[in-house]
Amino acid sequence: MADGLRAYALIAAMWVRSTMTYRFSFAMTLLSNFVTTGLDFVVILLMFGHVRGLGGFSFAEVAFLYGTTSTSFGLADLLLGQVSRLGRRVRDGTLDTLLVRPAPVLAQVAADRFALRRLGRITQGLVVLVWSLALLDVAWTLPKVLLVPVMVVTGGVLFGSVMVAGAAFQIWAQDGAEVVNAFTYGGNTLLQYPPSVFAGELVRGVVYVVPLAFVNWVPALYVLGRAAPAGLPAWSAFLSPLVAAALCVPAALFWRAGLRAYRSTGS
Amino acid sequence: MDDEHPDGTPPSGRPPLIHLHQVEKVFEVRRGAGLLRREKHQVRAVDGISFQVGRGEMVGYIGPNGAGKSTTIKMLTGILTPSAGRLRVAGIDPSRERTRLASRIGVVFGQRTTLWWDLPLRDSYRLVHRMYRVPDARFRENLDRCVELLDLGALLDVPVRQLSLGQRMRGDIAAALLHDPEVLYLDEPTIGLDVVSKARVRGFLRDLNAERGTTVLLTTHDLTDIEQLCSRVMVIDHGRLMYDGPLSGLHEVGESERTLVVDLERELPPIVLDGARTVRVEGPRQWLVFPAARSAAPLVARLAAEYPLVDLSVREPDIEAVIARMYGEGQAPVPGAADGPAGPGEAAVTGGETPARRPD
Repeated sequence: MADGLRAYALIAAMWVRSTMTYRFSFAMTLLSNFVTTGLDFVVILLMFGHVRGLGGFSFAEVAFLYGTTSTSFGLADLLLGQVSRLGRRVRDGTLDTLLVRPAPVLAQVAADRFALRRLGRITQGLVVLVWSLALLDVAWTLPKVLLVPVMVVTGGVLFGSVMVAGAAFQIWAQDGAEVVNAFTYGGNTLLQYPPSVFAGELVRGVVYVVPLAFVNWVPALYVLGRAAPAGLPAWSAFLSPLVAAALCVPAALFWRAGLRAYRSTGS
Repeated sequence: MDDEHPDGTPPSGRPPLIHLHQVEKVFEVRRGAGLLRREKHQVRAVDGISFQVGRGEMVGYIGPNGAGKSTTIKMLTGILTPSAGRLRVAGIDPSRERTRLASRIGVVFGQRTTLWWDLPLRDSYRLVHRMYRVPDARFRENLDRCVELLDLGALLDVPVRQLSLGQRMRGDIAAALLHDPEVLYLDEPTIGLDVVSKARVRGFLRDLNAERGTTVLLTTHDLTDIEQLCSRVMVIDHGRLMYDGPLSGLHEVGESERTLVVDLERELPPIVLDGARTVRVEGPRQWLVFPAARSAAPLVARLAAEYPLVDLSVREPDIEAVIARMYGEGQAPVPGAADGPAGPGEAAVTGGETPARRPD
């Protein structure tokens, strides 16, 4: 673990130096990352130009959902997003060059092409989150206040687990980045809207099958003083760290199995 | 079983650093058979290979494309797990202790650089320094040595993307050696390099082996690499070790032939010369073949004395032709005839069923 973090830091620092050789290009991509990821929010703004509420949720409430999931997803995307390129490395055989280094492969793959421009996504998520907190009409209690940062971090862990599991899947599938993106990017887009606008089956799937609902829906609805989705009890809002920790286990096992499969097939 | 070298000590008699015993690698390949049906079948990429390499040996590992060379190297570096057999490098089981082995081996993939494209060469070395936890003094010493012998001094502050292929290869070789590996694996280290770069790389590897005693295992398609570097050569084909010994012995076993291309002043009947045979006549140009193990000098002297010679060149047999001759019954390519029915490469791949090969 310590070895992995150290290798991650070393490789990420190299990539930061690499991107800094093209400063102007870096500034432009950072800006475009901020703007393009922010377009999702522009869609929400436009919608509220025509309607008063979305699935019974006010603008501030939807903005709160948007801000929490976007920041979580941005964190996971910054720190682990590169694992989605694994399929390409498997296909062109460059995964081999990582396997002959004295460092855990996951750390190397995650730090590969580490890009600070992804801070753009986190920034726009945070801007919306802060704005929504200013607008929200919520009776803040200590648990609710604590739940906000906890939600953002555990949400990042949940997205990260899905990304790692998805990368492992790509070893078998050789590609399948699009399938994985459906869960990560798709999950993020889904969680930007209140669960009440979606079909019950979909919400139950996001709660019980791929528990991405714990990124923000479950804890955020508690903060907003609303009933938890899919019939969960109110206290389930505080389960999200446990769910995130629990999801890490299958993700790690899946990753190991994928790597073992690669090393015995060579793809 | 490989009768000639069952599991014996390496020819040099030094303690083995690399040890393979009946190592196999079977891939399951799915092949489309119709629109939806898929047939599974097994491919034995490596089919029961045993050999040992002593500390400080320099071994050439050759064979046609798809023979199992890189699969073997991948098992030796811990990238792939063998399907069967026993494999040890420096006492370590590579697939089980991949990261521990990694700091004791150096790997150069000829066609894939591990250097950082946009950063000065120096930065790639700094990462090796940190990642392999090389002691500072040791790192500086190794780097200075590589810089001097590989002539990298002027390149250290140049971004890697601006380096030529030869410069990059030298940079890659240095990167693989900064942590004092006991074994260096080189996969096609001279591919695509010009003559000067090739010579420099070969010279460096020779010195490294002589001075540091680093064990070197290299795969190549260039017979000159083997001739100039390796006292021992192993030939693999169809996943089996076909030959293990000195290069000269390979020519004898393979009955390989060199070709003299002779340009005469005018058209003449086929040349009659003791020790060589004329295989082709095309106007004033004639092709003579003679055993590769023999010297060309006496033949050339006699030719020059007896015939009106304008020009002359000697063509070396290529590895694929040698292997095709060794094992491809009756399918050996016509020497020197590039326009023959089958190129040497094809003949080596499709040529004859290897008797020892098991059915799938």
